[in-house]
Amino acid sequence: MKIRILAFGVVKEFMNSSSLEMDVQEAITVAALKAEFEALYPEIKKLKTYLVAVNDTYAGDDETVDANAEVAIIPPVSGG
Amino acid sequence: MIDIKLSDTPLDMAACIGNAADDACGGQVIFAGTVRNKTKGRRVLRLEYECYQSMALKEIKKIAENAIRLWDIRRIVIHHRVGVLGIGDTAVVIVVSAPHREAAFEGCRYAIETLKKTVPIWKKEIFEDGEEWVSAHT
Repeated sequence: MKIRILAFGVVKEFMNSSSLEMDVQEAITVAALKAEFEALYPEIKKLKTYLVAVNDTYAGDDETVDANAEVAIIPPVSGG
Repeated sequence: MIDIKLSDTPLDMAACIGNAADDACGGQVIFAGTVRNKTKGRRVLRLEYECYQSMALKEIKKIAENAIRLWDIRRIVIHHRVGVLGIGDTAVVIVVSAPHREAAFEGCRYAIETLKKTVPIWKKEIFEDGEEWVSAHT
């Protein structure tokens, strides 16, 4: 299935884009998605940490992602 | 009452205070986060903020709801800037109104500390000799 991934901050910069379409297996877990993303963009591993949000909510590694989900890569936040 | 906003124009401190006014409240605590001119000795020229809008609003709302649940707070206003900010500009305003000051102080502190940890907003510091996304790397 195809999913769209949103990128922000430093991730957007090293991706050179604010979004990316990835072709992944059905019901992929967040952990597996992170592994695929890291393979595509090894720069992400240089970050202090990062999280994944699914449909506007932080998602744990075991959660699954379905085809219509909005997925975002969340590098360390720095608001305020 | 909760009033939250992400704004690409300057924050209106007086409006934030006015929106938090409540006759039942005897204490109002205001926190304003402003752009500092130096980071670790390097001169900062400006900050560039961006956010994941839908999620940022949702996370800010969660903070406001939790503050009201955890302390005896009647009103909370959280407004955050995005876009390009110069030295001295206001990046965030939080106003908490409570019948008594203790709850207002604690709720306001909770709101800014949690915002800095959970809300998907990012800032890039632009220095004289380079630029850096804050907190991204170790």
